[in-house]
Amino acid sequence: MGTEISPKVDPSQVREHETYELDGVDISGHWNRMFEQRVIFDYDVSQLEKVMDTPGGESMGWCYQCSQCIAVCPVDHVGDYGPRKIYRKLQVGMDFFTSDDLWLCTTCANCLRVCPKEVNMLDIVPAVRKQAVLEGTVPAELQDVFEKTARYGNPLGKNAKRRHAWTKGLEVEVPLIADLDRKVDVLWWVSDYPSYHPRGMEASRSLARVLTKLGVDFAILGAEERHDGDSMLRAGEEGLFEMLADQNIETLNKYEFDVLLTTDPHAYNAFLHEYPERGGTYNTMHYARFLADRIADLDLSEDVLSTVTFHDPCYLGRQNGEYDAPRDLIEALPGANFVEMWRNKQNGYCCGGGGGGMWLDGLAAENQSMRLSEKRVLEAVETGADTLCVVCPYEVSRFEDAVKSTNNDGALAVRDISELLAEAMGLSTE
Amino acid sequence: MNIAVLLRAVPDPVEELELDGEDLDRDFLGYVLNEFDDHALEEGLLLKEETGGTLTAFALGNADEVEQMLHTAIAKGADGAKMLGEELEAVDAHAQAATFVEALSEGAFDLVLSGVQASDEVDGQVAMLVAAGLGLPHVSVVVGTEAGDGSLKVTKEYWAGITADYSVQLPAVLGVQTAREAPRYVAVARIRQAQDSGALEEVDVDQPENSSGVRITEMRIPEVGEGADMIDGDEEAAAERVLEILQAAGVR
Repeated sequence: MGTEISPKVDPSQVREHETYELDGVDISGHWNRMFEQRVIFDYDVSQLEKVMDTPGGESMGWCYQCSQCIAVCPVDHVGDYGPRKIYRKLQVGMDFFTSDDLWLCTTCANCLRVCPKEVNMLDIVPAVRKQAVLEGTVPAELQDVFEKTARYGNPLGKNAKRRHAWTKGLEVEVPLIADLDRKVDVLWWVSDYPSYHPRGMEASRSLARVLTKLGVDFAILGAEERHDGDSMLRAGEEGLFEMLADQNIETLNKYEFDVLLTTDPHAYNAFLHEYPERGGTYNTMHYARFLADRIADLDLSEDVLSTVTFHDPCYLGRQNGEYDAPRDLIEALPGANFVEMWRNKQNGYCCGGGGGGMWLDGLAAENQSMRLSEKRVLEAVETGADTLCVVCPYEVSRFEDAVKSTNNDGALAVRDISELLAEAMGLSTE
Repeated sequence: MNIAVLLRAVPDPVEELELDGEDLDRDFLGYVLNEFDDHALEEGLLLKEETGGTLTAFALGNADEVEQMLHTAIAKGADGAKMLGEELEAVDAHAQAATFVEALSEGAFDLVLSGVQASDEVDGQVAMLVAAGLGLPHVSVVVGTEAGDGSLKVTKEYWAGITADYSVQLPAVLGVQTAREAPRYVAVARIRQAQDSGALEEVDVDQPENSSGVRITEMRIPEVGEGADMIDGDEEAAAERVLEILQAAGVR
């Protein structure tokens, strides 16, 4: 699966051989594998081998138990989970395929960032989940979301025809590309939560106002847009991802546009790394980058008297290398004071919504001392900020709930960058 | 044990339901599998797995959603599926049952399962009319089964959570309220395989007449009432007020 996390080894210094023999021992294979069994293999390692034999699960066996992943795994900070621990549990007989642990990973990729052995949970976890999904052993709450997404094209189970209902009554025009019947500069991929969730809809209306003020020639797909499928793929429902991707590519290929503008970093990730091999290649931009490139034209004139901290979405930052755009936008807000949380950028803490975590709240509650979003909100409060700025539509609702559940209601506002920009531009906000 | 499961497509409440005088306006309606029938299918699959034999799913009508739900049944483990007639989603319970009886007469089934009711048929007549049509024993509101030798132990639910176990001579027809286990998940990849399997068969049936002797003369959307009592205040005050209301209503 696509990721821009760099390997720990400089490829230019590597000489590869098809096969290699050293002192009479055949050591052919991936450089990072183990060359021979270790003493620890005195255990019955059939469960570990079952994972390693699953296509995508091979690197599970490369772990040498250094525990660097445990220090950065967001789930381990509130529970007892991490790649090294999974390896150990597999050694002593855990069946990963039917275990709760299988569903705790949020595919945030912080373990892969620090792993010297390139044990890639972003491959391993979806691969094992895929087998579990084919066997039908899926947590009930996730099963419900898979079924809704397959039927209605969105995980909320909302009426597909009402996807652009958020544009009703808006004072700026948000045209459907099908109605325009011409090429547009920007086709805005709005995504599910910005289309249906009340707070997401508010952020969408702010972004529509900002784009209009900038004079951007844009349109949306409305009811023709379906869930991008990225999180379904990480959650193991590969068939569902393929179905959605093929439907979306068929839709997108009907229209002409220069830029595909995404609100959701997960959709951004899918368009960059998953859609091209299925025939969908687009000039995709996340809205934070699109707006950061136009700061001079934004006409930011009204003071935003807030102390703002920022949460890096895993699928924008760590997985796709975009750290600057949202920070440049926050720094440009007149009157605002920007403070970083102690875990930021490459080491940003996950909100818990990725990899299907968005729809596994019950499972998280049973296995964790608190939600990842609650841990993150406490970190945001610690900075002294009164505003937590986000650029991922999974986060507004997750963090707002976490603000309430950690008794910080009133102390911390969660706002999309487009809402802060609309305020600084003197546009109406909600 | 050879099992037949009867499935019905019911209007999807996610869609905006509009009335067309005596019925829902079905031109723009979406359909979903009746939830109780999903449980009947699950109970059937569990019995099939325990006893061997076959499971065949039957559904009325030929809407896209009907085809989809039969493919899903095949993906979950049905050996065959039959799509009966055209545009039968709106006919009454007698007509539905008559069509099922005609289709079932073709095969030799030990057990016929269907949902105890449907969201558009809450009087729950279809399963018992099918039993009457086939001249077979029937148990309704079934919440579990256990296969025995030539008979079936069937658990039926009564008022206030009371349950009773029946011994039912096969063949028989059951109206299922809930399966022993939640309906299983089937991966989209498996449904796509089922679409290519050729296990779905379209069967021509005579267009049944609505024959119950009753007909709908008018269908109305519920009127929004008044009189909701919004309770303000903190937890203590709200709890106090709830208690008052309950006491005033005679709850002791």
